[in-house]
Amino acid sequence: MSPGGTTGLSADIGLQLGALDLDVTLNVEPGEVVAILGPNGAGKSTVLRALAGLTPIHRGRITIGAADGVLAVDDPSAGVFVPPERRPVGVVFQDYLLFAHLSALENVAFGLRARGVPRSEARRQAGGWLERLGLADHAGHRPRQLSGGQAQRVALARALATEPRLLLLDEPLAALDAGTRSDVRRDLRRHLESFDGMRVLVTHDPVDAYALADRVAIMDAGRVVQIGTLSDVTAHPRSRYVANLVGINLVSGSVDGGVLTTESGAHVVIADAVAGPTFAVVRPQAVSLQRDAVATSSVRNIWPGTVADIDRIGDRCRVSLRGVLPLTAEITVSALESLALRPGDEIFAAVKATDIEAYPA
Amino acid sequence: MRRSRAGSIRQVSGERLPVPALVIALVAIAFFALPFIGLLWRAPWSTAWSVLSKDHVRTALVLSIKCSLAATVLALIFGVPLAWLLARVRFPGRSVVRALCTLSMVVPPVVGGVALFFSFGRRGLFGQYLDRWFDLRLPFTTPGVVVAQTFVAMPFLVLTVEAALRQLDRRFEDAARTLGGSRWYVFRRITLPTITPALVAGSVLAWARALGEFGATITFAGNYPGRTQTMPLATYLALESDPEEALILSLVLIGVSFVVLVGLRDRWLGGAPRPVAA
Repeated sequence: MSPGGTTGLSADIGLQLGALDLDVTLNVEPGEVVAILGPNGAGKSTVLRALAGLTPIHRGRITIGAADGVLAVDDPSAGVFVPPERRPVGVVFQDYLLFAHLSALENVAFGLRARGVPRSEARRQAGGWLERLGLADHAGHRPRQLSGGQAQRVALARALATEPRLLLLDEPLAALDAGTRSDVRRDLRRHLESFDGMRVLVTHDPVDAYALADRVAIMDAGRVVQIGTLSDVTAHPRSRYVANLVGINLVSGSVDGGVLTTESGAHVVIADAVAGPTFAVVRPQAVSLQRDAVATSSVRNIWPGTVADIDRIGDRCRVSLRGVLPLTAEITVSALESLALRPGDEIFAAVKATDIEAYPA
Repeated sequence: MRRSRAGSIRQVSGERLPVPALVIALVAIAFFALPFIGLLWRAPWSTAWSVLSKDHVRTALVLSIKCSLAATVLALIFGVPLAWLLARVRFPGRSVVRALCTLSMVVPPVVGGVALFFSFGRRGLFGQYLDRWFDLRLPFTTPGVVVAQTFVAMPFLVLTVEAALRQLDRRFEDAARTLGGSRWYVFRRITLPTITPALVAGSVLAWARALGEFGATITFAGNYPGRTQTMPLATYLALESDPEEALILSLVLIGVSFVVLVGLRDRWLGGAPRPVAA
């Protein structure tokens, strides 16, 4: 793994909190988005709290690279602890936690005011942030008058207004209903791309992680069990747990008339009624492999590919394919043996349209 | 206001009480209402104004208002940090400290007055030093009235504010800290505005308690017209010499308390939902 300690975030976090025993190493490069993915109780939010300084660590060391060198923000063995208000860290909390007695503009101006920026200047800058996030019309509104998506953007503007080096987002989409979720996710991705600092995102939804992050760190019971790019984790899950939790194929493209076309030109027939930019989730268990290209069943999707790798996890295998549509299939060991697959073999992957879940991107 | 009233009536009528419970509840209402009805019935309305314009009545009224407001301010100044401490800081013996600080709410006020006398009186354990070093004498003085009232009234504020601080979602303070707010800044701009309803409710309860204070005041500060004779003391004395005057004074105290409670209910105690601004 890259050092990260010089310019990015380097965190070695050890702490006990009730039943949770947290021992996590996490490095984030400047400009990178890392998603922490895992079930409830895995310790994801506690990692964010430790990075923000809201929960001091018991052992380890957290440093954040700054323009003028490396800033150690938490290092118990050296007696260093920088409180949250003096860390170059911004947080978008779960449920957003907007201050109900302040307007959207005053919420965004809060961080600047706390840093001693004069009121008029703080309000001017806050107004600029709201405008950038398309909220200029809502500056005077109280949080309870905002929709979920608007509240999230105010929370994002509030966190970004202090120009942090590191932005933390705790389940930024969990508070939204399914109807607005994909729109807000698309906006969030756009806004996150325009921020050039480091971003760490906590989520329990692989689709969010895939849509927003460069790398995913998968957590279970206080440990990072695997970290890597999305396709890497899907093709080579290091455990059954990781394979089940996040080892899914994610295909993105544009849907027209029930057919999704990827950037590389592959066509995927889907059953869900969506149109426009779309994510399609294909579970590796739903991908079957066959030697010939003839559709002999109700299967609507057949793609040619070359076997790149074969990973064995217990009594199953993950077969990753190269080609116009890179995919990972999960098959049993006996199926692998009867097909006599070897890396480099030409093969066909088949998936029923109804086995593909599509989400507007 | 009218609309919210109608709303709450509709809510109440949504549930029907079993008849026996309803009857008992009505008896309870009568129990609280009848004494006031009796008082209103006997009130000599024709002489009310002349009683209220008597010098010693005026003096008692003004002294009562001044002292109770001073006691409320003292309760706020000392009570809010105390409530903060009790709500937020874990220390050994916290429950003992809380019990100690709210004891004056439950012991008979006369006992409180006696305790004040033996500790802050001129020959009291601490009072002798107040006298010797600061030339400050509390018993039988107006500051003594304020001390006695603060002593019995502050727990109402402390308990109300402490409960609000406990209920407050700490994550909002966390959010403010990550935005760069120091502990004090966050307390001032996030915590205080959030607990404002409790602060107002606690202050009003403490003020009403201070206004009605009798036992501790008469024991510790005595009953000197113009100096320590507050409305409740004047009322009690008038009952022996001039019952009509006692009636009028009682009605004034009741009226003030009733207006305060009704006002509190609507504005701060969640009685009516606040309208959402457009």
